[in-house]
Order: sequence, then structure tokens, then C-alpha cells
Amino acid sequence: MPRRFRWTVPYLFLVPGGLWLLAFFVVPMVVMASVSLQQGSLAQGYAMTFNFGIYAETIARWSSQFLRSIEYAVIVTVLTVLIGYPMAYTIAFRGGRAKNILLLLVILPFFTSFIIRTLSWKLLLADNGIVLGTLKEWGLLDSGFRLIATPIAVISGLTYNFLPFMVLPLYVALEKVDPRLIEAANDLYASRVQGFLRVTLPLSLPGLFAGSLLTFIPAVGDFVNAQILGSPDTTMIGNVIERLFLSNNDYPQAAALGFILMAAILAMVLVYARLIGSDKLTTG
Amino acid sequence: MAEVDVRLDRVTKRFHDVVAVDDLSLDVRRGEFFSLLGPSGCGKTTTLRMIGGFEEATSGKIFLAGTDVTGLPPYRRNVNTVFQNYALFPHLSVYENVAFGLRRRRVASGEIRHQVGSMLELVELPGYEARRPSQLSGGQQQRVALARALINHPQVLLLDEPLGALDLKLRKQMQIELKRIQTEVGITFIYVTHDQEEAMTMSDRIAVMRGGHIEQLGAPEELYERPGTAFVAGFLGVSNLLDGDVAEVDGDYSSVRLTGGTLLRAPRPAVNGARRVQVGVRPEKLRVVPISDGSAAGSGDLNTIEGTILDASYIGVSTQYLVETRDGQRLTVYSQNLETSGAGEALADGQQVRLTWKPQHTFVIGQTDDPTAQGALNA
Repeated sequence: MPRRFRWTVPYLFLVPGGLWLLAFFVVPMVVMASVSLQQGSLAQGYAMTFNFGIYAETIARWSSQFLRSIEYAVIVTVLTVLIGYPMAYTIAFRGGRAKNILLLLVILPFFTSFIIRTLSWKLLLADNGIVLGTLKEWGLLDSGFRLIATPIAVISGLTYNFLPFMVLPLYVALEKVDPRLIEAANDLYASRVQGFLRVTLPLSLPGLFAGSLLTFIPAVGDFVNAQILGSPDTTMIGNVIERLFLSNNDYPQAAALGFILMAAILAMVLVYARLIGSDKLTTG
Repeated sequence: MAEVDVRLDRVTKRFHDVVAVDDLSLDVRRGEFFSLLGPSGCGKTTTLRMIGGFEEATSGKIFLAGTDVTGLPPYRRNVNTVFQNYALFPHLSVYENVAFGLRRRRVASGEIRHQVGSMLELVELPGYEARRPSQLSGGQQQRVALARALINHPQVLLLDEPLGALDLKLRKQMQIELKRIQTEVGITFIYVTHDQEEAMTMSDRIAVMRGGHIEQLGAPEELYERPGTAFVAGFLGVSNLLDGDVAEVDGDYSSVRLTGGTLLRAPRPAVNGARRVQVGVRPEKLRVVPISDGSAAGSGDLNTIEGTILDASYIGVSTQYLVETRDGQRLTVYSQNLETSGAGEALADGQQVRLTWKPQHTFVIGQTDDPTAQGALNA
């Protein structure tokens, strides 16, 4: 290539990825945006009517599923932090030679399909399955007690499925924390708890942030767990979108819901980023 | 006798089956600049970490200003540490790094502002409060680490090879700086280093460590002029060691007969009863004279040994000779170029010479069969 065109090389490297995103992200987004503003039916065809009213209509109609999705996703994110942080901390600081084996165990579930794993949770939590059945047999639980088809089942499934997405970024962040910094904090009169709060925790915030996004965003839009482990009372927004698209063929409403969900996630992530990135968390 | 700030009483530290520090006892006086000097793996850092509370002694006791602190965690000890590679908090500003210890002790914020200000002045970094450690040079980070520790007015300041990551010029400058600050604040410093020159420049006293115990403890001049073991003689500077037997003790001096037959005189207190000994002399104490000069063989009170120049290298301020004696022992000589005006006037290879030195510059150490000590001499 002639020398004077050298500057184009980095841009050329971006072309394959750019084309991919254009074809499978930008184009579908534009199509969906357009679909959401059209009216009609599958049989008679759709026509563009710039029907912005559909957004207000959709929010009003599905608000309870929306709020439930956000509530579940928040609970799931908090649970994965509570379970995942001690795991990541232990692997990073106390893992020793077992570090790689422990990390392998964390990602081992990915070797099986997401659906299969969720279905096996259905078996685990079944009314007379291996857990509840045994406990009931021992008389520890009332025979009418059930977990399946309850919010607990859906949240447990979601927490289980997204836990590795919290553990791995947290591990990466904690692994980078120099143990001598904790010694330095102890040397400067910080107890073990204070040392954790003032040094380890702030330095692991990037991992906490990344893990929260990787857990929260897919959890809000998930429909598999609610479908397999839940009941009509635990329907999440993902289930609604899926049903509108695939069963009701109500494309405009489904598309509008998709955009509202995206906007809501974006807004919540921005607020979260401001909160976690603010100086209050890192100094003083 | 000055008050004792740090006392180690028969302290041992074992890591599994490795003994890092072996039954070590030590007193560090108040206000002194004390160095632990030794090669890597000698136990100096482990000793420092036990004083700081980062390692627990397997046995023995550690006292700080007379109080037993053996079982206390680091945050309950009135000592602070300047870590190797500084260990500054990357997420905090220079101000918050320096204020860290005061904040943990709930000092009022007005007081913190005042103290951080004057501390940054002491280490010559005023105006750097808002910077992050990553925005500072190595030397500046070093100063922040020092300020962060000193602001707490510890009983003792521990420094773990703090200048190791700096380049030679900056290191020399920081040595002077450290000594100035120590004099100014009057706090006891315990300084770990493997650099003998660094230890000699700054320290009031040095403990030379080897294999988990103290080989010799004393002022820099004492260690240099009268090393007690071959290891110390070799670790602090260059020394010439010759094997011999104590022939006779007469008044303040004793005579040692070298294996080649030459009789040398050495100050008597240096020979502590041993018969098989090594006689040592530092290269700069030797005078080299060509034998053809015709000066009398046993010129007066001086120790004399004859040999051949194997190698002469002119290095500006001095000329360095390697001389082999008749019985095959080799000595290094540093000869100041006081008279010469060029390399041509230096003595040439193969020339027969006589080496002379004053008996009081001779030191005698008990013969050791330890091969590692010999190895250290050649290093």
C-alpha cells in the first residue's frame, strides 16, 4: 500500500466489525423503530402512521410486568453480589494453587445449555422432587408447600444462571488489588474491616459495575426462567414481548415494548454509573 | 546508654521448614538510624515485617518502647512502614494518601489539613495534593510514601528497601534527603537494604545479616575497619584475606605467619584466641613500590609482602592493581593517583613489587571452613 494511505489501515481493520454491527444491530433497530410506529395486522399488512401514542398505551398496559421485571432483576443483582463477592474474593486472595480449578468450576455450567440447566432447576424445585419431596417425607415441610411457580423459583433460577457473570468481572478486579495495599492500610491504623471498606472495595468497584451490568441487563429481559420456573403471576416483560411477537403477531406493540425496555435500562445504568463513579464512594 | 526503642528478644520465624530468622536478639536505640544489611534471603525483610506486625514470630518477643507488642496486629502498633514499591493507594489523591492514617484515628479535618500541608512541605511536594499517585514520578511517589508514614509520628519508622526502584542518581539524592528528614523529625528509622554503600552512607549502626542471624553489629567505620568475619569483610567493600597462623603475641600487637612464611603484625585485640586465622587488609590501605627502588626489605614497622603485578587498570582517580604473592595469593590494591600525570607512569604488568601497610590497618578474623563465606569474598 502506498505510504500516503497508511493512515487508513486502522480504519480498514474496523470495517468487518462495522459491517456486522450495521447489518445486525443498526438495521434491525431502524426496522423495529419503524415497525413500532406502524398500524395494521399480519393479514392485512402494516402501514406507517407515525403512531407515537402506542408508547404511552404500551406502558400503561404492561406496567405491572415492567415493574416486576425490574424488581426481580434488582433482587437478582443484589443476590449475585452477596453470593458472588465472597466467592470472587476467596478465589482471588485465598485461591492459591487451586485458583484455576475454582475459576473453571465457576464457568463449568456454561458447558451445558442454558435451557437444560433451567429445566433441571424445575426438577430440583418440583413439588415432590428430590429436595422438597425428601423434606416433606421427613415431615420437615408441609405437604402443600411449593417453590415451583413462585417468584422465589424464578429469582433463584435467574440468580443461578447469572452468577458467573458477576463472579468473573469481580474476580478480575480483585485479582489486580495488590495485597501490599491492604498491608499498607493496616499499617496506617485501618482494621481489617476498614481496610476492606477503604481499599479493597473501592478498587473492586469497576468489577462490581461490570458484573452488575452483565447480570442486571439480561435478567430484566429474560423470559426463559419465568416461563420454565414461574406461573402467570411471575410473568416478566421478556415473556410479554415474546408472546406479542411470536403468538399474537402484534409487532408494533412488541417493538414499542422493546424500545421502552431499552430506554429504561439505559436510564438505570446511567444513574448507577453516576452513583458508583462518584467521589463519595472512593474517598474520605 | 540511650533508651531502647525496639527490642527483639530471641525471635525466630519459620515458614514451614525454612528458618527465615533464627533466634535473633537486637536492640535499636531511640532516634537512631539503624540498618539491616544483607544479601537477599538473609531474613532482613522478615525481621522488619515482624516489627511491623505483618508476620507473626514463631517464637520470641518483640518490644516497642518497652511494651510487648509480639501478638498485636499492625494497626495496633505505633510503627509505620515505607513499603518497597511504595504501595500508595491508587484510587486516592496524594492528599488522601497522606491523610489516611490520621483519618483512621479520627483526627479533626482542620488539623488534618494543617498536618498534611506541613508534611508535604517537609518532603518538598507542596501543591501536589490533588494528584493521583499514577501522575507522579518514582521519586515523588517515594516522598509521598514517606510523608504518609511520617505524618503519624510513629515511635519507629520501618523502611523496606525504599530506594530500590529508583535510578542511581535519584537514589543518591534521596539518601541525603532521608538522612536530613530523619535528623529533622528525630524518629527512629529501621532501614532494610542489600546495598552496603547505602547503609554506610546513612546509618548510625548497621546489623549485617546472613542466614537468619546477625553476623556483626556496629557503626559503619567499625564494620569496615574491623570486620569480625570473612562474610562481613567481603560484603562491605573489597578486602584481601590471607591465611595464616598466630605466631606470637607481644604487647599491643600479635604476629601472624602466613602460609608462605611471611610474618605480619596485627593489632592484638583483633585476634580472639584463635590460632588458625585470616589476615585482612583493605585495598586502599596498601602502598605499592617497585622492588628495583632498592628500599630496604623490612622497612621499619610496616607489614610487607612481595609479589608480581598481574594486572594494572587505570581508572582516573586511582589505579587498581592485582598482585600475586610468591605463594600464589592474590591481593587487590587501590593506589591513589597523587603524583602520576598519565597512565604511562603506572606500574606495568609483570613488575616485581613490594606491598606495605601499617599494622593497625590489619584485621584478623578466625579461620572459617564455611565455603559460602569465601564465595562472598569473590563476589
